[in-house]
Amino acid sequence: MATVADEQRPAARSSDGRPPRRAVLTMLGSYLALIALTILFVAPLVYMASTAFKTNQEATRIEPTWVPKEPSTEAFDAILSRSEQTPVFRWFFNSMIAAIGQALIVVATASLAAYALARMEFRGKRVMTAVIISTLFVPPIIFLMPTYVILDKLQWLDSLLAVTIPGAAGALGVFLLRQFFIALPRELEEAAVLDGASPFKIFWRIILPLSKPALATLFLLAFLTNWNDFLLPLFVLFSPESLTLPPGLGLLQGSYTTSYEIIMAGAVVATVPALVLFIIAQRFVIEGVSATGIKG
Amino acid sequence: MPPLARASRVRTPRRAPVGGGALAYLFLAPYLILFTFFVVFPAVYGVWVSFHSWDLLLPNKPWVGLDNYRNLLDTSTPAGGDFWQAMKATGIFSVFSVPLLVVLPLAVALILNQKFRGRNFFRAVYFAPYVLGVAVIGVLWTLLLDPNIGVVNFYLEKVGAPQNIAWTTSLPWAWVALVGVTVWWTLGYNAVIYLAGLQDIPGELYEAAKVDGASRWGRFRHVTIPGLRPVLVFVVTITILASANMFGQAWLITGGAPGNETRTAIMLIAQEGLQNFRLGSAAAMSFVLAVFLMVVSLATFFAFRERKG
Repeated sequence: MATVADEQRPAARSSDGRPPRRAVLTMLGSYLALIALTILFVAPLVYMASTAFKTNQEATRIEPTWVPKEPSTEAFDAILSRSEQTPVFRWFFNSMIAAIGQALIVVATASLAAYALARMEFRGKRVMTAVIISTLFVPPIIFLMPTYVILDKLQWLDSLLAVTIPGAAGALGVFLLRQFFIALPRELEEAAVLDGASPFKIFWRIILPLSKPALATLFLLAFLTNWNDFLLPLFVLFSPESLTLPPGLGLLQGSYTTSYEIIMAGAVVATVPALVLFIIAQRFVIEGVSATGIKG
Repeated sequence: MPPLARASRVRTPRRAPVGGGALAYLFLAPYLILFTFFVVFPAVYGVWVSFHSWDLLLPNKPWVGLDNYRNLLDTSTPAGGDFWQAMKATGIFSVFSVPLLVVLPLAVALILNQKFRGRNFFRAVYFAPYVLGVAVIGVLWTLLLDPNIGVVNFYLEKVGAPQNIAWTTSLPWAWVALVGVTVWWTLGYNAVIYLAGLQDIPGELYEAAKVDGASRWGRFRHVTIPGLRPVLVFVVTITILASANMFGQAWLITGGAPGNETRTAIMLIAQEGLQNFRLGSAAAMSFVLAVFLMVVSLATFFAFRERKG
C-alpha cells in the first residue's frame, strides 16, 4: 500500500543525486522476499538429503533434525543389500538407459523431420506440418489405453522399450527444431547447393553444427521428461528389476511405509542426476522452457 | 534478416529448395514411423477400444457401441458415479491451483525482472523443484506432511496450529496439501515463462509511461499486462491443462483419500483401465475428459481474446 502512496510523489525527487529512498526500500523488500522464498524452496530438498543419512530412529523422531545427529549410510546399505524386492541401483540404470535412449531418438528423428519440414518442398507438406503440430494440443490421456494395448500386442510390457519408444513420438521436438531451422539464414545452404553438396551432407555438415545449442536443449528437455515420467512406467512395468526410478519410489513408499530414511535415499538417487544436469546446463533448460512459452 | 537476404529474395522469387520429393520423405520417415505407430494410430484405435467391452484378461471383447459413454452420463452406474466424482475432484483442484499458479509466479517474475545481483541464482533456485519430477515430490512431501513426525506439523504446532493435522487423510487439508505441493513444485516453471515474456516488453514503453506520469501501478496495468497478454493466455492454458492432468501428487500423497474425495480423473482412468482392466470404459472416460479440456482451453482462449477488442 505504501508504494502506491509513494508513487504519487513526483519523480523529480531523485534529482538530488542520491538513489531515491523508495528505490532502496523496494530493493530491500525484494531481497527479503527472494530470500524467504529461497528458504521455502531449498529447505524441503535439504531435509530430503539429511533424512537419507539418518538412522531409522532419528528419521522417525518427532523433533526434526536438519543435520543428522548420527550420520549414517544405513539407508543406502539397506537399498544395496535388500535389493531383490527394491533394487534401487538397478532402477537407476534402467532410468538412465530409458532417458538417454529416448532423448537420442528424439534428437535424431526430430532433427531430420524438422529439417524436411523447414526447408524442403514436397507434396502434403502443409497438411503434415499442421497435423504434427496440432497433436501438441491433444490431451495425452487419450493415448494411454490404446498405447497399453499396443505395448501388450508388441510384447513390450514390462520391458524398457515400453517406456523409451512411445514417448519419443511426441511432437515437441519437431516443433522446437522446425522453429529453429526456419530462423537460420539460408545463405550457407545455398552456397553448398551450388557447390554440389547433397542435402544429407548439408544437413550433417552445416545445419547440425549450427544447431548444437538447440539440439542440446532438446536433448536435456527430453532426458528430464523421461527421467521424471511417472504415469506410464507405473503401469507398464511390473517386476521389481524392470522398474525405472519414479515407479520404484512408489514401490519403496509402499514397502517401507515408515522407514523414511530408505525412501529418501531412493529419492536422493532419483534427484542427484536431474539436479546435477540442471545445475550444469541451467541456461539451456530454462531457455528451452522460455522458448516454448514465447512461441506458444 | 539483414537487407542482403531480402534483396536476394527479390531476385529469385522462388527459392530453390534444398531437396524435395522422395528425399524429403526419407528425412521424415524415421519420425513418421514413430508418429504413426504411437500418435496417429492410438488416437484412432482408442476410439475403437471405447466402443467395446475391452477386458485384456478375457478372450472376447464384445462390441458395445456407445454403452461405455452412456454409462458415464448416467451417474447411477458405478462407472458414471466414479467418473463424475473424479471430475469434481479434478475441478476442485483446478479451481484452487490455477489462480495461485497464474498470480504467484507473475509476482515472482516481476521481482526477478528488476536488475540486481544474483538474479539468475534465484531464478534457478525457484525452478529447481520442477526438474525433480512428481515421484520425488510425492514421496518427499509425504514425509514432510506426515501428521505425526512431519516438519510441517512440527512448526505449525509451534505457532499454535491444531495438533496432528491429517494432511493426507482429511478434508479440507488434503486439498490444501495437494494444491500447496503443486504450487511449490511448478511455480518456478510458470515464473520462467513470465520472465521471458516480461523481458520481451520494450523498455521504451515503460520510459514513455513514466514521462507521462504513470504510477507504478499504472505502468503495470497499462504496459505490463497488455504486453504480457499472449504469455498470460499461454500460462493460463497450460496451467489449466496441467491441473486437469494431475495424477502423481494424488497417487503418492493422498492415494485419493479420504474415501475417493481426492481421486482425480486421470487417477480414476488409470485405475479403471490398467488396474481393473476395463480398458473400453477407461478409454471412453479419457475421451470425455479430453473433450472437456478442449472446450475449457478454447473458452479461456476466447475469453482473453474478447477483452482485448
